[in-house]
Amino acid sequence: MNTSLRYALFLGCTIPARSRNYELSARKVASRLGVDFVDVEGFICCGFPVKSADKKSGLILGAYNLALAQKKGLDLCALCSSCTSALTEVAHHLSGDEALRKEVNESLAKAGLSYEGGVKVRHFARVLYEEVGKDRIKSALSRDLKGLRIATHYGCHYLKPSEIYDSFDQVEDPHTLDELFALTGAEVVEYGSKKRCCGGPVLAVDEKTALSVAKAKLDDIQASGANAIGLVCPFCSVMYDSNQKGIESQFGTSYNLPVLYLPQVMGMAMGMDKKEIGLNMNVVKTADLMRSLNLEI
Amino acid sequence: MADIHLENADPGFRKELAQQPGGEKITACFTCRTCVASCPIAAVNDRFNPLRIIRMALYGLRKEVLESDFIWLCSSCYSCQERCPQGVNITEFMTLLKNMAVKEGHVPSGVKAQKEIIKDQGRIYSIDEFDNKKRNKIDLPSLPTTCEVVKVLFAE
Repeated sequence: MNTSLRYALFLGCTIPARSRNYELSARKVASRLGVDFVDVEGFICCGFPVKSADKKSGLILGAYNLALAQKKGLDLCALCSSCTSALTEVAHHLSGDEALRKEVNESLAKAGLSYEGGVKVRHFARVLYEEVGKDRIKSALSRDLKGLRIATHYGCHYLKPSEIYDSFDQVEDPHTLDELFALTGAEVVEYGSKKRCCGGPVLAVDEKTALSVAKAKLDDIQASGANAIGLVCPFCSVMYDSNQKGIESQFGTSYNLPVLYLPQVMGMAMGMDKKEIGLNMNVVKTADLMRSLNLEI
Repeated sequence: MADIHLENADPGFRKELAQQPGGEKITACFTCRTCVASCPIAAVNDRFNPLRIIRMALYGLRKEVLESDFIWLCSSCYSCQERCPQGVNITEFMTLLKNMAVKEGHVPSGVKAQKEIIKDQGRIYSIDEFDNKKRNKIDLPSLPTTCEVVKVLFAE
Protein backbone atom coordinates (compact mmCIF):
# COMPACT_ATOMS: atom_id res chain seq x y z
CA MET A 1 0.00 0.00 0.00
CA ASN A 2 1.11 3.51 -0.76
CA THR A 3 1.40 5.11 2.67
CA SER A 4 1.52 8.70 1.49
CA LEU A 5 -1.82 9.18 -0.22
CA ARG A 6 -2.25 12.89 0.12
CA TYR A 7 -4.62 14.96 -1.99
CA ALA A 8 -6.11 18.42 -2.08
CA LEU A 9 -9.83 17.74 -1.67
CA PHE A 10 -11.81 19.43 -4.41
CA LEU A 11 -15.43 19.82 -3.30
CA GLY A 12 -16.81 21.99 -6.10
CA CYS A 13 -20.13 23.82 -5.74
CA THR A 14 -22.83 21.18 -5.40
CA ILE A 15 -21.31 19.01 -2.67
CA PRO A 16 -20.80 21.54 0.14
CA ALA A 17 -24.25 23.04 -0.49
CA ARG A 18 -26.41 20.07 -1.39
CA SER A 19 -24.55 16.80 -0.76
CA ARG A 20 -23.03 17.04 2.67
CA ASN A 21 -23.82 13.35 3.16
CA TYR A 22 -21.39 12.55 0.35
CA GLU A 23 -18.69 14.87 1.70
CA LEU A 24 -19.07 13.56 5.23
CA SER A 25 -18.94 9.88 4.28
CA ALA A 26 -16.06 10.41 1.85
CA ARG A 27 -13.98 12.17 4.50
CA LYS A 28 -14.65 9.40 7.05
CA VAL A 29 -13.92 6.58 4.64
CA ALA A 30 -10.78 8.31 3.36
CA SER A 31 -9.53 8.76 6.88
CA ARG A 32 -10.08 5.06 7.72
CA LEU A 33 -8.19 4.06 4.59
CA GLY A 34 -5.23 6.37 5.12
CA VAL A 35 -6.09 8.86 2.38
CA ASP A 36 -5.13 12.30 3.64
CA PHE A 37 -7.46 15.04 2.34
CA VAL A 38 -6.11 18.56 2.55
CA ASP A 39 -8.61 21.43 2.47
CA VAL A 40 -7.38 24.24 0.26
CA GLU A 41 -9.08 27.51 0.96
CA GLY A 42 -9.76 29.37 -2.24
CA PHE A 43 -10.90 26.66 -4.63
CA ILE A 44 -13.65 27.99 -6.88
CA CYS A 45 -16.03 26.44 -9.43
CA CYS A 46 -14.31 23.81 -11.62
CA GLY A 47 -15.57 25.48 -14.80
CA PHE A 48 -17.87 22.69 -15.96
CA PRO A 49 -21.14 24.67 -15.70
CA VAL A 50 -19.84 27.53 -17.83
CA LYS A 51 -18.15 25.45 -20.53
CA SER A 52 -21.27 25.17 -22.67
CA ALA A 53 -21.73 28.93 -22.73
CA ASP A 54 -18.10 30.01 -22.67
CA LYS A 55 -15.30 27.48 -23.01
CA LYS A 56 -12.55 30.02 -22.37
CA SER A 57 -14.00 31.02 -18.98
CA GLY A 58 -14.32 27.34 -18.09
CA LEU A 59 -10.67 26.86 -18.93
CA ILE A 60 -9.61 29.79 -16.74
CA LEU A 61 -11.65 28.56 -13.77
CA GLY A 62 -10.21 25.05 -14.10
CA ALA A 63 -6.66 26.31 -14.51
CA TYR A 64 -7.00 28.58 -11.48
CA ASN A 65 -7.85 25.58 -9.30
CA LEU A 66 -5.02 23.53 -10.76
CA ALA A 67 -2.61 26.40 -10.13
CA LEU A 68 -3.73 26.64 -6.49
CA ALA A 69 -3.13 22.90 -6.02
CA GLN A 70 0.25 23.21 -7.70
CA LYS A 71 1.22 26.03 -5.34
CA LYS A 72 0.47 23.71 -2.42
CA GLY A 73 2.42 20.91 -4.07
CA LEU A 74 -0.63 18.63 -4.15
CA ASP A 75 -2.57 16.56 -6.64
CA LEU A 76 -6.34 16.95 -6.72
CA CYS A 77 -9.01 14.51 -5.62
CA ALA A 78 -12.60 15.38 -6.54
CA LEU A 79 -15.81 13.76 -5.36
CA CYS A 80 -17.95 15.10 -8.20
CA SER A 81 -17.64 13.44 -11.59
CA SER A 82 -18.25 16.66 -13.50
CA CYS A 83 -15.55 18.48 -11.52
CA THR A 84 -13.22 15.53 -12.17
CA SER A 85 -13.90 15.64 -15.89
CA ALA A 86 -13.63 19.42 -16.22
CA LEU A 87 -10.38 19.62 -14.26
CA THR A 88 -8.87 16.54 -15.92
CA GLU A 89 -9.70 17.98 -19.31
CA VAL A 90 -8.10 21.32 -18.53
CA ALA A 91 -5.00 19.60 -17.12
CA HIS A 92 -4.88 17.38 -20.21
CA HIS A 93 -5.12 20.24 -22.69
CA LEU A 94 -2.73 22.51 -20.81
CA SER A 95 -0.07 19.82 -20.49
CA GLY A 96 0.24 19.39 -24.21
CA ASP A 97 -0.28 22.93 -25.45
CA GLU A 98 2.27 25.53 -24.45
CA ALA A 99 0.57 28.33 -26.37
CA LEU A 100 -2.72 27.68 -24.58
CA ARG A 101 -0.93 27.57 -21.22
CA LYS A 102 0.65 30.93 -21.96
CA GLU A 103 -2.71 32.41 -22.85
CA VAL A 104 -4.39 31.05 -19.70
CA ASN A 105 -1.49 32.17 -17.55
CA GLU A 106 -2.08 35.75 -18.66
CA SER A 107 -5.43 35.53 -16.89
CA LEU A 108 -4.05 33.69 -13.87
CA ALA A 109 -1.30 36.32 -13.51
CA LYS A 110 -3.98 38.84 -12.54
CA ALA A 111 -4.54 36.70 -9.44
CA GLY A 112 -0.81 36.23 -8.88
CA LEU A 113 -0.74 32.63 -10.06
CA SER A 114 0.53 30.58 -12.96
CA TYR A 115 0.05 26.97 -13.94
CA GLU A 116 3.07 25.03 -15.15
CA GLY A 117 1.38 21.66 -15.71
CA GLY A 118 1.73 18.30 -14.03
CA VAL A 119 -1.05 18.35 -11.42
CA LYS A 120 -2.85 15.00 -11.38
CA VAL A 121 -6.64 15.01 -11.07
CA ARG A 122 -8.42 11.96 -9.67
CA HIS A 123 -11.96 11.01 -8.76
CA PHE A 124 -12.15 9.62 -5.22
CA ALA A 125 -13.48 6.30 -6.54
CA ARG A 126 -10.50 6.05 -8.85
CA VAL A 127 -8.14 6.72 -5.94
CA LEU A 128 -9.89 3.93 -4.03
CA TYR A 129 -9.66 1.54 -6.95
CA GLU A 130 -6.15 2.29 -8.19
CA GLU A 131 -4.23 3.59 -5.23
CA VAL A 132 -5.80 2.29 -2.03
CA GLY A 133 -6.63 -0.98 -3.74
CA LYS A 134 -9.22 -3.66 -3.12
CA ASP A 135 -7.15 -5.65 -0.61
CA ARG A 136 -6.60 -2.70 1.67
CA ILE A 137 -10.28 -1.73 1.45
CA LYS A 138 -11.41 -5.28 2.11
CA SER A 139 -9.28 -5.49 5.24
CA ALA A 140 -10.97 -2.35 6.61
CA LEU A 141 -14.48 -3.79 6.31
CA SER A 142 -16.17 -5.40 9.27
CA ARG A 143 -19.80 -5.81 8.22
CA ASP A 144 -21.18 -7.92 5.37
CA LEU A 145 -23.88 -6.07 3.41
CA LYS A 146 -25.47 -9.25 2.11
CA GLY A 147 -29.00 -8.51 0.94
CA LEU A 148 -28.10 -5.10 -0.46
CA ARG A 149 -28.79 -5.28 -4.18
CA ILE A 150 -27.09 -2.30 -5.79
CA ALA A 151 -27.74 -0.95 -9.28
CA THR A 152 -24.53 0.96 -10.01
CA HIS A 153 -24.82 4.21 -11.90
CA TYR A 154 -21.49 5.30 -13.42
CA GLY A 155 -22.78 8.56 -14.82
CA CYS A 156 -20.96 10.17 -17.71
CA HIS A 157 -18.02 12.19 -16.54
CA TYR A 158 -16.46 9.65 -14.22
CA LEU A 159 -15.25 7.92 -17.40
CA LYS A 160 -15.80 10.25 -20.32
CA PRO A 161 -14.42 11.65 -22.52
CA SER A 162 -12.14 8.60 -22.45
CA GLU A 163 -9.31 10.41 -24.24
CA ILE A 164 -8.53 12.40 -21.09
CA TYR A 165 -8.67 9.45 -18.68
CA ASP A 166 -5.74 7.37 -19.96
CA SER A 167 -7.12 3.88 -20.03
CA PHE A 168 -8.85 3.92 -16.67
CA ASP A 169 -11.85 1.53 -16.76
CA GLN A 170 -13.82 0.88 -19.96
CA VAL A 171 -16.49 3.24 -21.18
CA GLU A 172 -18.57 0.55 -22.89
CA ASP A 173 -18.09 -2.08 -20.21
CA PRO A 174 -17.32 -0.29 -16.96
CA HIS A 175 -16.38 -2.36 -13.93
CA THR A 176 -14.54 -0.30 -11.31
CA LEU A 177 -17.61 0.82 -9.34
CA ASP A 178 -19.15 -2.65 -9.54
CA GLU A 179 -16.00 -4.10 -8.00
CA LEU A 180 -15.82 -1.46 -5.29
CA PHE A 181 -19.47 -1.87 -4.27
CA ALA A 182 -19.16 -5.65 -4.38
CA LEU A 183 -16.32 -5.58 -1.82
CA THR A 184 -18.94 -4.86 0.84
CA GLY A 185 -20.85 -8.07 0.20
CA ALA A 186 -23.54 -6.19 -1.74
CA GLU A 187 -24.82 -7.82 -4.89
CA VAL A 188 -24.34 -5.71 -8.02
CA VAL A 189 -27.47 -6.00 -10.14
CA GLU A 190 -27.28 -5.67 -13.92
CA TYR A 191 -29.81 -3.56 -15.80
CA GLY A 192 -30.22 -2.38 -19.38
CA SER A 193 -29.54 1.34 -19.22
CA LYS A 194 -26.56 1.11 -16.88
CA LYS A 195 -24.39 3.44 -18.98
CA ARG A 196 -27.05 6.09 -19.52
CA CYS A 197 -26.76 9.72 -18.44
CA CYS A 198 -28.82 11.00 -15.46
CA GLY A 199 -30.12 13.96 -17.48
CA GLY A 200 -28.80 16.47 -14.94
CA PRO A 201 -26.96 18.82 -17.31
CA VAL A 202 -30.19 19.79 -19.10
CA LEU A 203 -32.14 20.43 -15.89
CA ALA A 204 -31.54 24.18 -16.17
CA VAL A 205 -32.67 24.19 -19.82
CA ASP A 206 -35.62 21.80 -20.02
CA GLU A 207 -36.78 20.21 -16.78
CA LYS A 208 -39.27 17.83 -18.41
CA THR A 209 -36.58 16.36 -20.67
CA ALA A 210 -34.10 16.04 -17.81
CA LEU A 211 -36.63 14.29 -15.57
CA SER A 212 -37.71 11.99 -18.44
CA VAL A 213 -34.11 10.83 -18.85
CA ALA A 214 -33.84 10.13 -15.12
CA LYS A 215 -37.21 8.38 -15.10
CA ALA A 216 -36.19 5.96 -17.86
CA LYS A 217 -33.33 4.76 -15.69
CA LEU A 218 -35.38 4.57 -12.50
CA ASP A 219 -37.87 2.36 -14.39
CA ASP A 220 -35.08 0.03 -15.50
CA ILE A 221 -33.53 -0.14 -12.05
CA GLN A 222 -36.84 -0.90 -10.42
CA ALA A 223 -37.44 -3.73 -12.90
CA SER A 224 -33.98 -5.17 -12.17
CA GLY A 225 -34.91 -6.01 -8.57
CA ALA A 226 -32.26 -3.73 -7.08
CA ASN A 227 -33.11 -2.25 -3.68
CA ALA A 228 -30.76 0.76 -3.98
CA ILE A 229 -28.87 2.86 -6.49
CA GLY A 230 -25.13 3.29 -5.96
CA LEU A 231 -23.33 6.28 -7.43
CA VAL A 232 -20.39 8.69 -7.18
CA CYS A 233 -21.63 12.07 -8.39
CA PRO A 234 -23.70 14.69 -6.54
CA PHE A 235 -25.38 15.86 -9.70
CA CYS A 236 -26.59 12.37 -10.53
CA SER A 237 -27.83 12.12 -6.95
CA VAL A 238 -29.80 15.35 -7.36
CA MET A 239 -31.59 13.66 -10.26
CA TYR A 240 -32.30 10.31 -8.61
CA ASP A 241 -32.54 11.21 -4.93
CA SER A 242 -33.65 14.87 -4.66
CA ASN A 243 -35.92 14.63 -7.72
CA GLN A 244 -37.26 11.11 -7.21
CA LYS A 245 -40.46 12.32 -5.53
CA GLY A 246 -41.01 14.91 -8.25
CA ILE A 247 -40.56 12.27 -10.95
CA GLU A 248 -43.02 10.00 -9.16
CA SER A 249 -45.68 12.70 -9.02
CA GLN A 250 -45.06 13.98 -12.55
CA PHE A 251 -45.14 10.56 -14.20
CA GLY A 252 -47.45 8.71 -11.84
CA THR A 253 -44.81 6.16 -10.85
CA SER A 254 -43.56 4.88 -7.51
CA TYR A 255 -39.98 3.81 -6.79
CA ASN A 256 -38.97 4.43 -3.20
CA LEU A 257 -35.40 3.57 -4.20
CA PRO A 258 -32.70 4.77 -1.80
CA VAL A 259 -29.75 6.44 -3.54
CA LEU A 260 -26.43 5.76 -1.84
CA TYR A 261 -23.01 7.22 -2.44
CA LEU A 262 -20.13 4.74 -2.68
CA PRO A 263 -18.50 6.00 0.55
CA GLN A 264 -21.84 5.71 2.37
CA VAL A 265 -21.99 2.03 1.43
CA MET A 266 -18.33 1.54 2.33
CA GLY A 267 -18.90 3.33 5.62
CA MET A 268 -21.77 0.97 6.42
CA ALA A 269 -19.50 -1.98 5.73
CA MET A 270 -16.84 -0.40 7.96
CA GLY A 271 -19.32 -0.44 10.82
CA MET A 272 -20.01 3.29 10.90
CA ASP A 273 -23.34 4.54 12.21
CA LYS A 274 -25.86 6.36 10.06
CA LYS A 275 -24.90 9.83 11.27
CA GLU A 276 -21.24 9.26 10.46
CA ILE A 277 -22.14 8.60 6.84
CA GLY A 278 -24.94 11.18 6.65
CA LEU A 279 -27.72 8.68 5.88
CA ASN A 280 -30.14 11.01 7.69
CA MET A 281 -29.51 13.58 4.92
CA ASN A 282 -30.57 11.29 2.09
CA VAL A 283 -33.85 12.47 0.59
CA VAL A 284 -35.30 9.03 -0.15
CA LYS A 285 -35.40 7.48 3.30
CA THR A 286 -33.15 4.52 3.95
CA ALA A 287 -34.68 3.21 7.21
CA ASP A 288 -36.75 0.45 5.56
CA LEU A 289 -33.76 -0.73 3.56
CA MET A 290 -31.54 -0.78 6.65
CA ARG A 291 -34.16 -2.76 8.54
CA SER A 292 -34.48 -5.28 5.72
CA LEU A 293 -30.72 -5.75 5.84
CA ASN A 294 -30.83 -6.15 9.63
CA LEU A 295 -28.52 -3.18 9.91
CA GLU A 296 -29.31 -1.52 13.20
CA ILE A 297 -27.27 1.56 12.55
CA MET B 1 -39.47 19.98 -36.59
CA ALA B 2 -39.80 22.65 -39.28
CA ASP B 3 -38.85 22.10 -42.92
CA ILE B 4 -35.30 22.90 -43.93
CA HIS B 5 -35.02 25.80 -46.41
CA LEU B 6 -31.70 25.58 -48.18
CA GLU B 7 -32.15 28.92 -49.93
CA ASN B 8 -31.30 30.55 -46.61
CA ALA B 9 -28.04 28.64 -46.27
CA ASP B 10 -24.73 30.29 -45.47
CA PRO B 11 -22.10 28.40 -47.50
CA GLY B 12 -19.30 29.74 -45.30
CA PHE B 13 -20.68 28.20 -42.09
CA ARG B 14 -19.13 24.78 -42.68
CA LYS B 15 -15.69 26.32 -43.12
CA GLU B 16 -16.10 28.55 -40.08
CA LEU B 17 -16.93 25.48 -37.98
CA ALA B 18 -14.13 23.35 -39.40
CA GLN B 19 -11.56 25.88 -38.21
CA GLN B 20 -12.54 25.62 -34.55
CA PRO B 21 -11.99 22.90 -31.94
CA GLY B 22 -14.90 20.47 -32.10
CA GLY B 23 -15.75 21.31 -35.69
CA GLU B 24 -12.67 19.87 -37.40
CA LYS B 25 -14.12 16.53 -38.39
CA ILE B 26 -17.83 17.08 -38.96
CA THR B 27 -17.50 16.65 -42.73
CA ALA B 28 -16.50 13.03 -42.07
CA CYS B 29 -20.03 12.25 -40.81
CA PHE B 30 -21.55 9.53 -43.04
CA THR B 31 -24.99 9.68 -41.37
CA CYS B 32 -24.88 6.22 -39.75
CA ARG B 33 -27.06 7.45 -36.84
CA THR B 34 -24.95 5.80 -34.14
CA CYS B 35 -25.07 9.17 -32.35
CA VAL B 36 -28.86 9.25 -32.40
CA ALA B 37 -29.14 5.66 -31.23
CA SER B 38 -26.73 6.38 -28.35
CA CYS B 39 -28.31 9.65 -27.26
CA PRO B 40 -30.23 9.66 -23.95
CA ILE B 41 -31.93 12.92 -24.88
CA ALA B 42 -33.06 11.81 -28.35
CA ALA B 43 -34.58 8.76 -26.64
CA VAL B 44 -37.04 10.94 -24.73
CA ASN B 45 -37.32 14.13 -26.82
CA ASP B 46 -37.43 14.07 -30.62
CA ARG B 47 -36.64 17.76 -30.86
CA PHE B 48 -33.03 16.78 -30.23
CA ASN B 49 -31.24 14.86 -32.95
CA PRO B 50 -27.43 15.13 -33.19
CA LEU B 51 -27.29 13.77 -36.73
CA ARG B 52 -29.78 16.37 -37.91
CA ILE B 53 -27.85 19.17 -36.23
CA ILE B 54 -24.63 18.07 -37.95
CA ARG B 55 -26.46 17.91 -41.32
CA MET B 56 -27.99 21.34 -40.82
CA ALA B 57 -24.56 22.75 -39.98
CA LEU B 58 -23.02 21.14 -43.06
CA TYR B 59 -25.79 22.59 -45.24
CA GLY B 60 -24.90 26.02 -43.87
CA LEU B 61 -28.09 26.62 -41.91
CA ARG B 62 -26.29 28.96 -39.56
CA LYS B 63 -29.25 30.90 -38.25
CA GLU B 64 -31.51 27.85 -37.81
CA VAL B 65 -28.82 26.10 -35.77
CA LEU B 66 -27.42 28.94 -33.68
CA GLU B 67 -30.79 30.48 -32.87
CA SER B 68 -32.38 27.14 -32.05
CA ASP B 69 -33.35 25.99 -28.59
CA PHE B 70 -32.52 22.37 -29.45
CA ILE B 71 -28.71 22.69 -29.40
CA TRP B 72 -29.08 23.39 -25.67
CA LEU B 73 -30.68 19.99 -25.07
CA CYS B 74 -27.33 18.19 -25.44
CA SER B 75 -26.44 16.84 -21.98
CA SER B 76 -22.71 16.55 -22.78
CA CYS B 77 -22.76 12.87 -21.85
CA TYR B 78 -20.24 11.96 -24.58
CA SER B 79 -22.06 8.74 -25.56
CA CYS B 80 -22.15 9.80 -29.22
CA GLN B 81 -18.57 11.02 -29.28
CA GLU B 82 -17.26 7.80 -27.74
CA ARG B 83 -19.07 5.72 -30.37
CA CYS B 84 -18.79 7.77 -33.56
CA PRO B 85 -17.11 5.46 -36.10
CA GLN B 86 -15.85 8.49 -38.01
CA GLY B 87 -14.19 10.09 -35.01
CA VAL B 88 -16.36 13.19 -35.04
CA ASN B 89 -16.03 14.95 -31.69
CA ILE B 90 -19.78 15.42 -31.51
CA THR B 91 -20.00 16.57 -27.89
CA GLU B 92 -17.25 19.13 -28.45
CA PHE B 93 -19.05 20.18 -31.63
CA MET B 94 -22.24 20.82 -29.65
CA THR B 95 -20.20 22.89 -27.19
CA LEU B 96 -18.78 24.87 -30.11
CA LEU B 97 -22.28 25.59 -31.42
CA LYS B 98 -23.48 26.67 -27.98
CA ASN B 99 -20.45 28.92 -27.50
CA MET B 100 -21.07 30.53 -30.91
CA ALA B 101 -24.76 30.96 -30.13
CA VAL B 102 -23.91 32.75 -26.87
CA LYS B 103 -21.56 35.12 -28.70
CA GLU B 104 -24.46 36.04 -30.96
CA GLY B 105 -26.79 36.59 -28.03
CA HIS B 106 -28.80 33.35 -28.11
CA VAL B 107 -28.66 31.68 -24.72
CA PRO B 108 -31.32 30.08 -22.48
CA SER B 109 -31.97 32.12 -19.34
CA GLY B 110 -30.92 29.28 -17.01
CA VAL B 111 -27.55 28.87 -18.70
CA LYS B 112 -26.97 32.62 -18.75
CA ALA B 113 -27.83 32.93 -15.07
CA GLN B 114 -25.46 30.08 -14.15
CA LYS B 115 -22.60 31.71 -16.02
CA GLU B 116 -23.22 35.11 -14.47
CA ILE B 117 -23.46 33.74 -10.93
CA ILE B 118 -20.20 31.82 -11.28
CA LYS B 119 -18.32 34.72 -12.84
CA ASP B 120 -19.58 36.95 -10.03
CA GLN B 121 -19.46 34.69 -6.97
CA GLY B 122 -17.02 31.95 -7.92
CA ARG B 123 -19.51 29.11 -7.35
CA ILE B 124 -23.04 28.14 -8.40
CA TYR B 125 -24.33 27.88 -4.85
CA SER B 126 -22.68 30.49 -2.69
CA ILE B 127 -22.01 29.53 0.92
CA ASP B 128 -23.41 31.69 3.71
CA GLU B 129 -23.00 31.64 7.47
CA PHE B 130 -26.07 29.44 7.82
CA ASP B 131 -24.48 26.83 5.52
CA ASN B 132 -21.28 26.97 7.54
CA LYS B 133 -23.23 26.48 10.75
CA LYS B 134 -24.83 23.35 9.29
CA ARG B 135 -21.42 22.19 8.10
CA ASN B 136 -19.73 22.78 11.46
CA LYS B 137 -22.51 20.92 13.25
CA ILE B 138 -21.42 17.73 11.53
CA ASP B 139 -17.71 18.53 11.83
CA LEU B 140 -17.24 19.74 8.27
CA PRO B 141 -14.91 22.73 7.93
CA SER B 142 -16.23 26.22 7.12
CA LEU B 143 -15.90 27.46 3.57
CA PRO B 144 -15.32 31.05 2.41
CA THR B 145 -18.58 33.02 2.11
CA THR B 146 -17.17 35.49 -0.39
CA CYS B 147 -14.99 35.19 -3.46
CA GLU B 148 -13.16 38.19 -4.81
CA VAL B 149 -10.75 36.38 -7.08
CA VAL B 150 -13.23 35.67 -9.91
CA LYS B 151 -13.72 39.37 -10.47
CA VAL B 152 -9.96 39.73 -10.75
CA LEU B 153 -9.63 36.72 -13.08
CA PHE B 154 -12.30 37.98 -15.46
CA ALA B 155 -11.46 41.69 -15.27
CA GLU B 156 -11.05 43.06 -18.80
